[in-house]
Amino acid sequence: MNNIDSYLFISSMLFCLGLFGVITRRNAIAVLMGVELILNAANINFVAFSKFNGMNLDGHIFGLLVIVLAAAEAAVALAIIINIYNNMNTINVDEAAELKR
Amino acid sequence: MIENPMISFPLLILFLPLLSFLILIFFGKRLPRQGDWVAVGSIVFTFLLAVYLFVQMLMNYNPDFSNSASISWIDLGAFKIDLGILVDNLTIVMLLIVTLVSSCTHIFSLEYMKGDIRYHRYYAYLGLFTFSMNGIVLADNLISMYMSWELVGVSSYLLIGHWFEKDSAANASKKAFLTNRVGDIGFFIGIMLLYSAVGAFAFSPIFESISTGESIAGATLTIAGLGIFMGAVGKSSQFPLHIWLPDAMEGPTPVSALMHAATMVAAGVYMCVRLFPIFTPGALTVIAYIGAITAILAAITAITQNDIKKVLAYSTVSQLGFMILAVGTGVYTAAFFHLLTHAMFKANLFYCSGSVIHSMHHALHEAHDHDTDPQDMRNMGGFKEKMPITYYSMLISTLAIAGVPLFSGFLSKDAILAGTLAFAQHHPEHFLLPLFGFSAAAITAFYMFRLIFMTFHGKPSMKSIFKDIHESPTAMTGPIVLLGTLSFFIFYTLPSNFNPIKDKGWFTDLIVPRNSSVPGSLTANEIAEYAHHAHYLAMGLSIAVASIGILLAVLMYQTKTLSAKNISARFGFLYDWSLNKFYFDENYNRFLYQPFMRLANTISWIDWEFYDKYFINGFGRLTKLFSNASGKFDYDGIDQGLVDGFGRFSGIAGKVLRNIQTGRLQNYLLFVVAGILVIIIAQAF
Amino acid sequence: MAEIVFWTIAALTIMSAAFVVLNSQLIYSAVALLFTLFGVAGIYVFLWADFIAGIQILVYVGGILVLVIFGIMLTNKIKSVRISHKSMQQGVGGVVSFWFFIFLFIALTKAPWAISDAVEPIGTVRGIGVLLLTDYLLPFEIISLLLLGALIGAAVLSRGES
Repeated sequence: MNNIDSYLFISSMLFCLGLFGVITRRNAIAVLMGVELILNAANINFVAFSKFNGMNLDGHIFGLLVIVLAAAEAAVALAIIINIYNNMNTINVDEAAELKR
Repeated sequence: MIENPMISFPLLILFLPLLSFLILIFFGKRLPRQGDWVAVGSIVFTFLLAVYLFVQMLMNYNPDFSNSASISWIDLGAFKIDLGILVDNLTIVMLLIVTLVSSCTHIFSLEYMKGDIRYHRYYAYLGLFTFSMNGIVLADNLISMYMSWELVGVSSYLLIGHWFEKDSAANASKKAFLTNRVGDIGFFIGIMLLYSAVGAFAFSPIFESISTGESIAGATLTIAGLGIFMGAVGKSSQFPLHIWLPDAMEGPTPVSALMHAATMVAAGVYMCVRLFPIFTPGALTVIAYIGAITAILAAITAITQNDIKKVLAYSTVSQLGFMILAVGTGVYTAAFFHLLTHAMFKANLFYCSGSVIHSMHHALHEAHDHDTDPQDMRNMGGFKEKMPITYYSMLISTLAIAGVPLFSGFLSKDAILAGTLAFAQHHPEHFLLPLFGFSAAAITAFYMFRLIFMTFHGKPSMKSIFKDIHESPTAMTGPIVLLGTLSFFIFYTLPSNFNPIKDKGWFTDLIVPRNSSVPGSLTANEIAEYAHHAHYLAMGLSIAVASIGILLAVLMYQTKTLSAKNISARFGFLYDWSLNKFYFDENYNRFLYQPFMRLANTISWIDWEFYDKYFINGFGRLTKLFSNASGKFDYDGIDQGLVDGFGRFSGIAGKVLRNIQTGRLQNYLLFVVAGILVIIIAQAF
Repeated sequence: MAEIVFWTIAALTIMSAAFVVLNSQLIYSAVALLFTLFGVAGIYVFLWADFIAGIQILVYVGGILVLVIFGIMLTNKIKSVRISHKSMQQGVGGVVSFWFFIFLFIALTKAPWAISDAVEPIGTVRGIGVLLLTDYLLPFEIISLLLLGALIGAAVLSRGES
């Protein structure tokens, strides 16, 4: 924990797991969860670099902005998903791939 | 050299008839009167030039006169051929003969061939013939002579076959040409033998080389000489190649007069006279026997012939045999003398017979009779009153040919027979030669007078047409009168000799025999000595045999005391043989032509059925097989395999690669990430 | 001692994250996500980012995660708590992700980061606040606009066709 490598390790782990989730999962919400993981990994990166660069608080600001964006995005995404569910009765990304029913 | 008239005039004489031939062949049909005036004009002009040369010769009176000129034709260093002309007394006399008889023929044909369907071509070919004959006369080397020799053969073919619609004429012209060619094979072999030994074609180098005896001698020289003589056997219609001359009578009568009496057939004799110095004694003996056999054979055949032209044809063969006999026994200038006199009276005999036939034609035409033969003597008789000029001229020429004193033929025939007697006196084993010679002379007198009596004397056989028989126009009687007068002795014994039984005159002074080049032969003087000694004996004998012949003819045909029919019945098979020309043609056919045709057919069969079918077609089949295999390889292998394969591969690849487009986002995302990885890994390496 | 705690929290985070993406049951994934987010917050604390840690818990866990669970509930015919969905292309995806991780790890550890030590601050709140209203005023305002837009959008979207 005293060098940046540990934090980078963690963040890259999280990123790859999140990537795996996005690639693999069929439920739209599960995909969303993978995206959240990716965002979190990026955040850890920002903050870690901020600490190891003389406590430059720019990283923190960015992390904050990312969190806000994640929130907005989650809201909108869930609204869309609910809409899709109401129209197509499924949120399986494979089955919801048609443009018209 | 061209300025010398002795060279330039012969060249003119040579080439003017060729010019006439070219003009008439290409433009003849369009000229007025079909251009006969072109031919007649040029020939008469050459005759005048020849007369000028003759007068010059008489004025110079130099027996050793000789002039020559040549140009180089082929020069490859080691191999040279020069074309040239040789002008000496022999040449000048021969040129005179050729141009005189040719002019007479041209003038005679104005009337005889009037209205003929190929009039201009006839005159064109006459010009070609005169050109080639002059070529033989003027040649100074064997190659020029051979070329003109062949050309003469071609002209003969063209002229004999003038009326080629008749099968008999077409066949006769072919026979003449082919028989000539057989002789020419020997001629060419002889030329080449001489060239390979001596290295030259011209006469003088050959004579010099032979006289040294180093280049060619003995058996080789004899063979070369006999080879060259073969040409004469073919051209001058000697045994065994005499079969073409009687058939050549299918041609027009003026042509027969020119070629087959006076000039073309004399070319063989002329060649032997020119090349006498190369003949070895062995070759000369063979030549003499061939001449003698020809003379007697043809004479016997002439006895029974009924066609007037055939009698004259066999008579020509017989007289040519005499000339060759003279060459063989050594008195070759006598041969040339006989050639000269024979040209005059034989041409005249042919013209007279032409006049008779012409008259018969007209008479039969008037009577609308197209079946009787106008040339058959059994249909004639008693023409004496109707055609007096023809009759008297023919009578004079007949007396000449029979060897009656006061006429030209007596002198020349006498010289020949003296030569044979002299030869037999020194070589008693060759007694047959004078025997045949004198017998042939007797028989000649007999059948010639038979002809006169059957045609002109007695009662006409066909009274229906007799009233229409009349004398011929001037264009025909002119030459007849001219040549008739030339059958008297006087023209040959001038300037000093008026004795009718002595042959000394301008001819014997100017045409002197040369020594033979063959080492060891008798010199010309020795031969002349021997002949001189036998002269009076020969004279007496020849007068005797001539009288016997004429007497027999009178008895059989004039007074009819002896019956021709009875005699022919008694000598049955001899008559048969004579009438059928000794069956020469039939035997040649059976033993030469038929086997050869069979051989040709066999070879042809082998070629068609065997070679073509199996070999050639086999190749074809092989090729088809190959091309099938190649095609299959190309179609099925390459086209299907490679070309279509590419297409199929593309299809399969497309089908496979289509699966990448799943339409699913997450797949694409995976591809993106994988792609990034690949790029990075590639970069790392 | 701090090391151990740090690595424990790290392990918790990562294992939870793995649980999120590997489990086939959606509610379990959501709960694992909860733990992951908590773990991330813990890591923030180790990084002296106290404000961010707090915001993380407040917004992420309290807001986003609740939203996700709401979404799950609203988009499934719920008969039981077992809501499962299969995954796809896990093999290839796993391989790719693994290798991606390897690449990232190698790159990140090998890179010569420009490190400069720092002193632990009293708290970051004051600093962030100052920065937000001085250097980063524009992004601040824009992000608030974005939030507004998202709010309106979500509201409109979920209204349905009427």
